[in-house]
Amino acid sequence: MKKLYYDPKKCTACKTCEIVCAIGHSPSKDLYTAIVEDNVSLPSVRVYVGQEGNFPLACRHCKDHPCVNACIASALSYDTEKGLLFNKEKCVGCWMCVMACPYGAVRTDKRDNKSVRCDLCADINDPRCAKNCPTKAIVYVEEKK
Amino acid sequence: MAENKFSGDKATQELRQVAEDLNIQTIWDREVLQTPHCGFGLLGICCKNCNLGPCRVDPFNPDGPKLGVCGADADVIAARNLLRHITAGSACHNDHGREITKAFYMTAKGEAQGYKINDEQKLKVVAQEYGVTIEGKSSPEIAQELAKKIFSEYGQQEGELALIQRAPKKQKELWRKHGMMPRGMDREVVESMARTNMGVDNDYRSLMRQGMKVALSDGWGGSMIATDLSDILFRSPRPLSGKSNLGVFKEDEVNIAVHGHVPVLSDMIAQAATDPEILKYAKEKGANGILVAGICCTALESLMRRGMPVAGNFLQQELAIITGALEMLIVDLQCVMPSLPEIAKRFHTKVISTNPRAHFPGTEYIEFNEAKGFELAKQIIRKAIDNFPNRKKESVNIPKVSADLVPGFTTEYVFDMLGGKTRFTYRPLNDGIIMGRLRGVAAVVGCDNPKMQSGDTHARLVKELLKNDVLVVQTGCAATACAKDDLLTPEAAFKHAGKGIQEICEAVGCPPVLHLGPCVDNSRILTACCEMVKEGGIGNGLDELPIAGAAPEWVSEKAVAIGWYFVASGALVVFGMPYPLYGAKNLTNFVTKEVEEWTGGRWAFEPDPMKMARIMIDHIDAKRKALNLRPMMYQ
Repeated sequence: MKKLYYDPKKCTACKTCEIVCAIGHSPSKDLYTAIVEDNVSLPSVRVYVGQEGNFPLACRHCKDHPCVNACIASALSYDTEKGLLFNKEKCVGCWMCVMACPYGAVRTDKRDNKSVRCDLCADINDPRCAKNCPTKAIVYVEEKK
Repeated sequence: MAENKFSGDKATQELRQVAEDLNIQTIWDREVLQTPHCGFGLLGICCKNCNLGPCRVDPFNPDGPKLGVCGADADVIAARNLLRHITAGSACHNDHGREITKAFYMTAKGEAQGYKINDEQKLKVVAQEYGVTIEGKSSPEIAQELAKKIFSEYGQQEGELALIQRAPKKQKELWRKHGMMPRGMDREVVESMARTNMGVDNDYRSLMRQGMKVALSDGWGGSMIATDLSDILFRSPRPLSGKSNLGVFKEDEVNIAVHGHVPVLSDMIAQAATDPEILKYAKEKGANGILVAGICCTALESLMRRGMPVAGNFLQQELAIITGALEMLIVDLQCVMPSLPEIAKRFHTKVISTNPRAHFPGTEYIEFNEAKGFELAKQIIRKAIDNFPNRKKESVNIPKVSADLVPGFTTEYVFDMLGGKTRFTYRPLNDGIIMGRLRGVAAVVGCDNPKMQSGDTHARLVKELLKNDVLVVQTGCAATACAKDDLLTPEAAFKHAGKGIQEICEAVGCPPVLHLGPCVDNSRILTACCEMVKEGGIGNGLDELPIAGAAPEWVSEKAVAIGWYFVASGALVVFGMPYPLYGAKNLTNFVTKEVEEWTGGRWAFEPDPMKMARIMIDHIDAKRKALNLRPMMYQ
């Protein structure tokens, strides 16, 4: 399956990925409206500062997905084509996935005690962060075997 | 072809295809490459005014930064940025006014070659407004004194501007009450910049008060000076017939385009191109004549006064070169794309830059100087003629698309138009509004922007307003866009307007859309509104008039300044897209609601031209209701 990869040498920390992620997962999908919606949309990708440069980080959709095994509510499952699937209804906010994730990529939303997860923009089948990265620091390509 | 929203104009479509075939990048391609535009920038919540930053306020993440390093919140950051935009826009118009004043002063002293005072009547009127006594003085004497007074007004430290005294008493009192009365043009620009430095003015309301002050120094200062002195120097416009769009270029003539804003250059080029000696030289080089056309606002200066054809508006400047038939593009300043010299390299077109404020690498620079105005203009035109034999027939693509229009309306001409030769009056206009034949007046002005379906938004808005019996006035690139749709002809009334406007246009013999000139001539809208108030019956202040304004496709900081001087003067102004603002909630509330309590004017933002028309019509109707005017006659 295709995965998101990041090049810290190209990331300028402009946070365009965060903005387009939040807009894309908001009800209105419009910048000017998304920032004033009641439960303002949270981006599942965040930009961090690393030793080799800045890097954006979202769920890696890993094959061995320890979060799925750790989930006590069966809210998480894994599909070899679609990656990690999240049933938000079932999430109870126990944060076991947060503890289990080796990348620290799971974000918590304390407003409703649910996790915030990258769905690779399943609605358009094309992750917005990669599509809109101005320096192409984020790419969406087939995983190397 | 890049897949962005694209002009429905045939000439533009044709030449964009040529550009694509030749692999030439134009503004539409660059717009696609820049998309998506940065969300922080669009929201106005990034600041790079000092080296604590650059800083950004996070609009989504509750744990993200809500303050810049200095402590400025979203409202302060966006308000400081906005004040800088307004100031840069006002500075452009004010400096334009200064440039005209300089040419005017040199003309008065007899030091400018080829220029003369063309409207002595208006000279006397303006001179008296500046406190110049005119008895027993010659026109050059009056003009010299007036020029000196205007120069000193630029640096005036205290008091009020001379031309702002034209405003109704109510507006002047409001401006004084809220500390918005501008002192001198340069004074306000400097103070605005000082306020936006880190740690100076940290109250968004106070920053916006200064924003309106500097904008007022533009509308009732620099822009109004530019309009009035240009009328005196280059003649006051009266309606005439004009032509516009890229089809105005001629296959068998030397084609020259003037592009930019200050008529000191463009008018002289147009004048020199009719010189017999120059025409003879063109014939010698195998051309049947010389065609001087304009692009952007400078085109409209000479369109209004000489009937000079308009080759295109802002978005069409690159396409003028791509016709392959342009011998020379002469530019001064403002809205001139830096991409022009690179595109010109693909054709025989020479690009000449002329203004010491505006340099373009890759162009030939010939500094324009009024002292040798006529000689310099001839020298530049000769170079264009010399370039005529270099035109490659196979590269020529002049679209067979042009439209007729009737421009040349001014505040002063409306008196003649409505009152006839014996009775100078605005009465029929006010009566039309009072009786409900006319709903009100709307200004549709501003730039054209590749983000929008260029031109189409203007035409759709104008048609909807006309249908609802709203008389439309236009300036700038918006007017050029509507000319392409034949909206600036008398016939347009019968095609698009409601019955009320049709009756008025038939009686008066005017188009339903009045072309008032370039963007600096938005000052004419202010003075025309003053005349409407003076005539009586539709309110005691500008804020009470049933009027509204819109700039659907605004691009330039100048548009922001213009919008603000109208809001400060009591008008509703609608922009098609917000300026960087929405990330600052309190500031948004201020500009769209709270400011109305100060000035009677406010902002609205709406991209859809039909909804935009609705906002404007609702506002006009509310004003009609407040004035207790009669119901609309035909609706």
